[in-house]
Amino acid sequence: MTAGPNPAFAGRGVVDNVLRDAGLTPSRRARGLSKILWWGVFVVAVLYFFVPLYATFLFSLKARPNLAAYTNTLDDPQFIGSLLYSFVVGLITVVISMALLVPTAFWVRLRLPRLRRFIEFITLLPFVIPPVILVFGLLRTYSRAPIALTNSNLGSDALLVAAYVVLSFPYMYRAVDTGLRSIDVQSLAEASQSLGAGWLRTMWQVIFPNLRVSLLSGAFLTLAIVIGEFTVATFLARPAFGPYLSLIGGNKAYEPAAVALISFGLTWIAMGFLAVIGRGSRTRVQVTGAR
Amino acid sequence: MTETALPLSTGGALSARPLRRGRGLLNWLGVAPFLLFAVAFLIIPTVYLVVGSFQDAAGALTIKNYGDLLTPTNLRTYGNSIEISAVTAIAGAILGFLLAYAVIAGGLPRFLRSALMTFSGVASNFAGVPLALAFTFTLGRVGLLTLFVRNVVGVDLYNDHGFSLFSKLGLEIVYLYFQFPLMVLIIAPAIDGLKRDWREASENMGASTFQYWRYVALPILMPSLLGSTILLFANAFGAQATAYQLTGGSIDIATIAISRQIRGDVLFNEGLGYALAMGMVVIMAVSIGLYSILQRRSERWLK
Amino acid sequence: MAFLELTGIQKRFGDVAAVHDFNLAAERGEFISFLGPSGCGKTTTLRMIAGFEQPTAGTITVDGADMTHRPANRRNVGMVFQSYALFPNMSVADNIGFGLKVRKRPKDQIRKRVGELLELINLPDKGNRYPYQLSGGQQQRVALARALAIEPQVLLLDEPLSALDAKIRVALRHEIRSIQRQLGITTVYVTHDQEEALSLSDRVVVMSEGRVEQIGPPSEIYNFPATSFVASFVGTLNLLSAKVVDAPTGRLDLAGQEIRASAGIAGASAGTIVSVALRPESISLGEGAPGDNRLRGPLQDVSFLGSIVRMRLSLGDAAVSFDTFNDPNLELPSVGSVVTVSFPHEASLVLDHAPAPRSAEVAALAEA
Repeated sequence: MTAGPNPAFAGRGVVDNVLRDAGLTPSRRARGLSKILWWGVFVVAVLYFFVPLYATFLFSLKARPNLAAYTNTLDDPQFIGSLLYSFVVGLITVVISMALLVPTAFWVRLRLPRLRRFIEFITLLPFVIPPVILVFGLLRTYSRAPIALTNSNLGSDALLVAAYVVLSFPYMYRAVDTGLRSIDVQSLAEASQSLGAGWLRTMWQVIFPNLRVSLLSGAFLTLAIVIGEFTVATFLARPAFGPYLSLIGGNKAYEPAAVALISFGLTWIAMGFLAVIGRGSRTRVQVTGAR
Repeated sequence: MTETALPLSTGGALSARPLRRGRGLLNWLGVAPFLLFAVAFLIIPTVYLVVGSFQDAAGALTIKNYGDLLTPTNLRTYGNSIEISAVTAIAGAILGFLLAYAVIAGGLPRFLRSALMTFSGVASNFAGVPLALAFTFTLGRVGLLTLFVRNVVGVDLYNDHGFSLFSKLGLEIVYLYFQFPLMVLIIAPAIDGLKRDWREASENMGASTFQYWRYVALPILMPSLLGSTILLFANAFGAQATAYQLTGGSIDIATIAISRQIRGDVLFNEGLGYALAMGMVVIMAVSIGLYSILQRRSERWLK
Repeated sequence: MAFLELTGIQKRFGDVAAVHDFNLAAERGEFISFLGPSGCGKTTTLRMIAGFEQPTAGTITVDGADMTHRPANRRNVGMVFQSYALFPNMSVADNIGFGLKVRKRPKDQIRKRVGELLELINLPDKGNRYPYQLSGGQQQRVALARALAIEPQVLLLDEPLSALDAKIRVALRHEIRSIQRQLGITTVYVTHDQEEALSLSDRVVVMSEGRVEQIGPPSEIYNFPATSFVASFVGTLNLLSAKVVDAPTGRLDLAGQEIRASAGIAGASAGTIVSVALRPESISLGEGAPGDNRLRGPLQDVSFLGSIVRMRLSLGDAAVSFDTFNDPNLELPSVGSVVTVSFPHEASLVLDHAPAPRSAEVAALAEA
């Protein structure tokens, strides 16, 4: 094998010297060039992100008198009503989802590891069955005898929550499971038991506090999804925020711009909380879960 | 060992034992509520659709519903869905990958990375009605960008170029808004997994930057890239609210067709509705299945 | 001219100087170790030889050719990484053949060379395996073969064994050395493990805080450490402060007892405080030969370390560790009894005139 410099590069010596005098080795110059390219990509993306938001903002300001789009929206009882409705539905969804999935994830890790794949499969099913199909099936199953849930408001509300709990499975399970993985539940539970704590105390005082970050992440993600959800709420004819948005989008001029921005702000707040909660913890919960 | 330590340690061993003992029916109690809930609100409704798709109006067994799927209208509906999903998945994957690479390994300031990640979390969840509204204000007939391009650049998108936000192309542009942030989020761990040592090892053995990408980096990333693209495909394929709001339910894609079947407005045919839904589920299942296979391979490499 | 020469090498990262004025001339076929705690600049220096870092000042030449500013992919230098850095998407054979492939060698030539190297590293039937299917030790052998495949002028190893189990570490250490001897390849080996450095190398470069503390063969480094850092970093050592009684004859006062240093103490006068280095293994229990240094004091503790027994003699504030070989018939004095230990005066090295960092035993930092 040749040990000397590759003859093909011999002619570049002069260039290299010039570059070196300028403090630039070839690789460093190439890096400078590619950096400009990367900045270019970044700028394109930022424009894509912000132009629609900016356009919406400008549009919302066109209403007269000034800021009327916002004051009208905030004065609209339906706005507050639907937002509150969705928020409450979201909270109930979070509570039920946790009550179902925390023990399940815990059990699977400690006692039934052979069920792991199966449970994971079930929690991933909502990715395979999109909301429009889920609500299709729910309507056909529960709007006829023998179980006609959709005949009453309460029944429809329950069905809505049930659908949202199903939609939250992938996010919540993954959040809890990642949390459990990072704390070695087995040893913690055994340590707690060896010190004389019972099951309940172990769960409540040892496991839960250590899962706080993951649980909060799962909760905020679920809330963010539920509050803006449109498909299921529409087909179940619920007075939720998503259908309200759609409704005023169709029959008002400037208010939809204001509401779209407010809705964006809500998502932003939820995600901001997620980022703050997740900071400094090793538990990294993926925002869009799907693996 | 001192004497006091003994009883403590045996006590520990005793009370820790029930953790592993008693693998009976009792064990299933912990997962029973979840499984019951899943059966009631996920499995039964799905099975209902599956069964319905094999029944005619009188409830007799048939595969005619699946035959009806093959009519030109329904094939066009699926074709549109697949086309829109594929285009936005591929474009979103490329743009999202480049963007993630730019902030992670492209030498951009570090704070941009966490800012982008948080923003991607928001944008990937900013789908549905508000997104459709925002784009109407941007690229609709009197949208800000439409007017800007017409008045300042002098190009009339709608009247001279036949562009419409409410067409397939328009829908693709809107979908891209949540597709490429999603790509940023799911590809970031893979890019993080590319070790600096690999690059240095390949340089050390004489490889050029091009050869490094050609033989090392791209092949290592390939399962993640493919898998993520497929996930993006599924993400767009299952989307309904955005398209519904944007086009008022007039565009011919699978989720909108199913919406019509749910409402029972047009050409109501219950069996066909179920078959349409099943077709979607099959496509989604294949996509997600492929995704998880590719993901597993990628995790093995990037561990 | 030496085969590998580093002259006046400096490296600054912003305001931080990682390497100051590094000079080394290695002969063809020599095995050199860079030894030091983490952050001492040894890896940075290695990376400059590989071309991953550019020196702020100084030159690097290999076989007379200036390498200082040549890009890494145009140097013919093989590197073995701490993390192995095997490409996970390629089989073992493809990994080993990678350097030849990017050099556009004919396929059959590559295959032949890969086969030879698989024999060399004793994994002849693992060519079709993938890295994740191999153990850590096997992966690192493949990484070695991969670095050797391009027939590099210089082989660099960056803490190649630190991710492995103790037993495999020792076995692989011998294997690396024997392959290196067989091929006669000039090698630079970075490690923080003094045992590795001492057992493998022709010469050891001990570094601390970006500076070279000492360069020399292992025996010289161990027996005649040039600075108190080298003395304390390499091996176990008693580092004690003593007061000079008479500089020309090397008479010292150590906690009220008089001993003689190995030589006269230049540049010191009576009353100067100096540090004295004493290896535990050079001290023995009992009166010793006539003329030996003696210390007397109560025995502080006794610990079994397997083949040797280490004891500590209390000297007021300070303590002196000393070793004796384990022997079933050995009668050890009991803790608290007053004993006498002795050592030849050649064993008491006076290091520097500044006060010692602390007048107690300084354990080897190597495994820390």
